[in-house]
Amino acid sequence: MFSTVTGGEAAIAAAHELLARKRRGDSRVAELGVDQVREQLSLAVDRVMSEGSLHDPTLAALAIKQAQGDLGEAICLLRAFRTTLERFGETEAVDTPSMRIRRRIATTHKSVPGGQLLGPTYDYTHRLLDFALMAENEDLPPDPAVAVAEVVPATLGALEGNALLEAALAAADDAEPGDITRDTITFPSRRDVRLQNLARGEEGFLQGLAYSTMRGFGRNHPFIADLRHGEVEVELQVPELGFPVCVGEITLTECQTVHRYPGDAARPPQLTRGYGLSFGQCERRAIAMALLDRAMRANEFNEEAEFPAQDEEFVLAHSDGVEASGLIQHLKLPHYVDFQAVQQLLEKLRASWPPRPQEFPDDSE
Amino acid sequence: MIPNDDEVAGGYNFAYLDEQTKRMVRRAILKAVCIPGHQVPFGSREMPLPAGWGTGGLQVTASVIGPDDVLKVIDQGTDAATNAVSIRAFFRRVAGLATTERTREASLIQTRHRIPETPLTEEQILVLQVPQPEPLRQLVPRGAAARRLHAFADYGVMYVKLYEDIARFGRVTLAYDYPVLVNGRYLASPSPIPRFDNPKLDNSRALSLFGAGRERRLYAIPPYTRVASLDFGDHPFEVQRWSVGCALCGSRASYLDEIGSGGPGARMFVCSDTDYCEERREASAPARRAAGGGRP
Repeated sequence: MFSTVTGGEAAIAAAHELLARKRRGDSRVAELGVDQVREQLSLAVDRVMSEGSLHDPTLAALAIKQAQGDLGEAICLLRAFRTTLERFGETEAVDTPSMRIRRRIATTHKSVPGGQLLGPTYDYTHRLLDFALMAENEDLPPDPAVAVAEVVPATLGALEGNALLEAALAAADDAEPGDITRDTITFPSRRDVRLQNLARGEEGFLQGLAYSTMRGFGRNHPFIADLRHGEVEVELQVPELGFPVCVGEITLTECQTVHRYPGDAARPPQLTRGYGLSFGQCERRAIAMALLDRAMRANEFNEEAEFPAQDEEFVLAHSDGVEASGLIQHLKLPHYVDFQAVQQLLEKLRASWPPRPQEFPDDSE
Repeated sequence: MIPNDDEVAGGYNFAYLDEQTKRMVRRAILKAVCIPGHQVPFGSREMPLPAGWGTGGLQVTASVIGPDDVLKVIDQGTDAATNAVSIRAFFRRVAGLATTERTREASLIQTRHRIPETPLTEEQILVLQVPQPEPLRQLVPRGAAARRLHAFADYGVMYVKLYEDIARFGRVTLAYDYPVLVNGRYLASPSPIPRFDNPKLDNSRALSLFGAGRERRLYAIPPYTRVASLDFGDHPFEVQRWSVGCALCGSRASYLDEIGSGGPGARMFVCSDTDYCEERREASAPARRAAGGGRP
């Protein structure tokens, strides 16, 4: 028996109920608390905050719980909430040199001003399943001392003041930073707009493209000059006061890369820059972002842009995970009408297949 | 140093990989030794380190090492670098192996980005971690095209790159991972060692094994094999040189690292090979003491 699916409210309601049960899982297992997600799945929270463009660990944790741990879905939830928030001001640029450092590494020199601080990292763990974690008996002291650097390290690893380094671009006074949440990106794009786009780009996409630049599809050999993670203050200009006031702290990961550049007629050989920034501790995405930032500066440096990662329109138009997920999954919607049209067309084409060679009058003598 | 019992992890085969996998890797190594410089595909496994952090070297080491071997692991020339510490700890844990920081004492040396300054012997194996085994990758990104060039030993594209560098900049602009021709046949990546180390591969007494885990390739340079860094008659290959010696041991024959010394502008250089540097300082200490000079 054939039945047509109507927009059946009952079917949708039943699906939602099944979803709620699936989300809860076996009811003999304790329910997951949002606070548990926030505290114990903090790297997932960080990724959701970054791609969701909203620094709110509790709401990100809620989104993860609600989405059954599907981070793409959680990011959609957070973005949809973010869009309802009223914008009441713009903060000052955060001052990452004065970050309270939890972790900071530089890879260009053995010793760097301010020192190397490994901090909390999986970098040198052996990826062996720790079966001890199967049992819930972790008993850490309630307030473990958090390593925080005493001295604020230099801005750019050991390279600050290095004559080979490309000068940091001074912010042009008259140029308001772009805002990709309000304005359409036009091409050729500005670097601030590209960085905004990358900052909330889908991590896997950024990583894959950045990886391609390291495998010959758009070479730009990077060095990480400075990778840091910690807290910065957020300051807001309050018109009534006339000076900026601190309204809170956010956790960031910042990555600055340097890339060798052989120079051209106008510029001497030098180290050019790439920049990556992310909420929370998201080092992989910050590094990938910095590599792509540099890759997309190809035009600026008269480099031939022949590979996908160097093509700003290709990268920026496809980096957003919410948009990509939406269109990919829209294929689950009904397409009866279009399909019917395609089927008819194919039937007609087939009826006259193979095409008979067209006969032309032979006018050669 | 021999690990304590509680350092060694139970539940894993000796040196982590199962024996079938080791046999597969060894077969690939045998083929690689027979065809010096040729990249041999192998069934690279997921390892408990991230790809790109030495998983190729790790698999080669795990496949050739035995319980009587003494392992040394270096990264950037030093045993103290974080990833070297991690890999050394890994083998102590899964193989219960004795490890050393002394180049002369090691039977197997796994390294990233350097070849030790102390000349290696016929009794030693050098395992190099390789991020990109294909020397033509940056010029010919597609693997199928690059393989064809290797098949015909058609390395014109690399010579053109070197020529263009010389024409534009007056010198070849490759500072590390400088391509070599192995046994007069295959172009190979020496791994990202500085140019400075390339001559050490030529007619080396030790077997050099190159493992690229992520790219699933390994290759070898057998002992006493000709290894030539590409160059031109009128622009011969050159290695890095410094105008000063090591600030610690005074060596003028080793690769030097710049270290920050506080004030801006002040630059200090020390040996990148920490074992070499230490050995030289130890050797010169008694002499200085006899002369009534240096510290005891």
